[in-house]
Amino acid sequence: MKATMQTTQTLSAVSPPRARNISFAWLGVVPFFIFAILFLILPSATLLIGSVQDRQGNLTLGNFAGMFQGVTLKFVAAPSEASLLGVTFPLPFTVDFQSNSIVSAYILSMQVGIITALTGGIFGFLLAYAAVLGGLPKFVRSALLTFSGVASYFSGVPLAFAFVATLGRLGFITVLLRNYFDFDLYMTGFSVISLLGLILTYTYFQFPLMVLVITPALDGLKREWREASENLGASGAEYWRYVAFPIILPSLLGTMILLFGNSFGAVATAYALTGGNFQLATILIFRQIRGEVLQDPGLGYAVAVGMIIVMALSLALYYWLQRRSERWLRR
Amino acid sequence: MKRSTLFPWILIFLGFLYFFLPLIGTLDFSLRLVKDQITLEAYKNVLTSARFQNTFTYSFVMALWTILAGTLLITPTAYWVHLKLPHLRPLIEFVTLLTYVVPAIILVFGIIRVYSRPPLSILESELGADFLLVMGYVAMSLPAMYRSVDTGLRAMDVRTLTEAAQSLGAGWRTILAAVIFPNLRIALLSGAFITFAMVIGEFTIATFLARPAFGPYMANLGQTRPYESTALTIISLSLTWACIGVMQFLGRGTQGQIQVTR
Repeated sequence: MKATMQTTQTLSAVSPPRARNISFAWLGVVPFFIFAILFLILPSATLLIGSVQDRQGNLTLGNFAGMFQGVTLKFVAAPSEASLLGVTFPLPFTVDFQSNSIVSAYILSMQVGIITALTGGIFGFLLAYAAVLGGLPKFVRSALLTFSGVASYFSGVPLAFAFVATLGRLGFITVLLRNYFDFDLYMTGFSVISLLGLILTYTYFQFPLMVLVITPALDGLKREWREASENLGASGAEYWRYVAFPIILPSLLGTMILLFGNSFGAVATAYALTGGNFQLATILIFRQIRGEVLQDPGLGYAVAVGMIIVMALSLALYYWLQRRSERWLRR
Repeated sequence: MKRSTLFPWILIFLGFLYFFLPLIGTLDFSLRLVKDQITLEAYKNVLTSARFQNTFTYSFVMALWTILAGTLLITPTAYWVHLKLPHLRPLIEFVTLLTYVVPAIILVFGIIRVYSRPPLSILESELGADFLLVMGYVAMSLPAMYRSVDTGLRAMDVRTLTEAAQSLGAGWRTILAAVIFPNLRIALLSGAFITFAMVIGEFTIATFLARPAFGPYMANLGQTRPYESTALTIISLSLTWACIGVMQFLGRGTQGQIQVTR
């Protein structure tokens, strides 16, 4: 990057100065920036402005405060139980959390985002690990990359239909299990239109992305590092614990953050899967645009801006991790 | 040191299952419109329905406009930034990042608000709404398109080619049309296919701009006709994947996937 810039400067210094071309060079990118202003910046800025105005157009932070109306969080010193995805575990304190529909939607979106980033991220990493470092034949690796490239574009409405056709009440796997294994999936409380179903569905486009990003990073682990650590007496586990894993951790985490954003901003899959009954933040905005919820328009803008803020924060974190991973994995 | 490959094989097998089971499930489901019988009836129903033909044609045409608009907008810009204004690169990157930070649902929310009231109320007219849809799609496919063109530009010697054309007396239009575009053929094609794959079944933006597009039609069908909608899934999937396949074939070895950064 630096080098290209320098060459450009030297070249323009050597070639005869043509003031006309140089001073008007920026005109060439004007259409692009006009496009960006009209169809990216202006729409986002309008939401931002709407979010800090009340109905009379006065400046206010009331819309953002409104998002948290009725939300209280208290800790009480009494043991209790919490459950996540059907797994119950004891807690040493009791959380008294009163939520409202907006905060609940955000929490649900973040839950789905974090869980699918983890499931997709870990599964994708293990697959890439198996294909790159597992000692499998070469074709496995290229097949995995091809399938991942293809599967990462399988999202939106068709993906939801595919999962209903597979895990729905009359779905392929459900019927298969019932007919051949005498096991009724839906008797266990499972439903494809549930948090678990949504997570399984999202994971389908999440793990291929992880495979695509982490494979080059695993390729970047130098053979010499392994040999050096073995010469120093490290076991395979120690090599992973102290050398390889710390090196790829930033790009692993960075990619998981991208996966989080990927899921956090998604709406079509969830809408088609649950018919809009599943209250994610994006679905809340979906219904707000349709005029079904939140009578207050300013509140709607605040919810949208809140999403932009979450996305921007996750991207900033991604950049920070990216810089850290480049230290070792420079090609 | 020979390690066992059992664990890696199990992992790959699980990945294989995860990848193929939903596809097999969908295919199987789509063939069962008639009880206890394998039939292509659902496909026949879908393909002969007028709404399918109309919405699909509409989305197809909009995809072509998106590709045209995106190409005309991005190629000259990328070329110009490459040649004359490398210091603008961070600004371009910022715009690219905006498309990540502002998901489609938020983007269309903003677009509706800006373009449904004076002074820019173009959403009311059909043509205006189509225009906004295409612009929204260009914004959505911008990172992929820009990356594809940028990779193509890096692969050739832009400066030498430009200077050679200039010294032969070519003007800027000739340089772009006769030198740069032909050299970017592969990059542009792969960008076009990826854009097509993203746009053809797009749901969110089309829904809120109230366009008669394929994505909303598919979602609608899913609520009433389960077999037909899975047949539609198989159709749209084959189409999308054909595009991705062509793109991967064209861009062998050059694609850096979801690198938001460059």
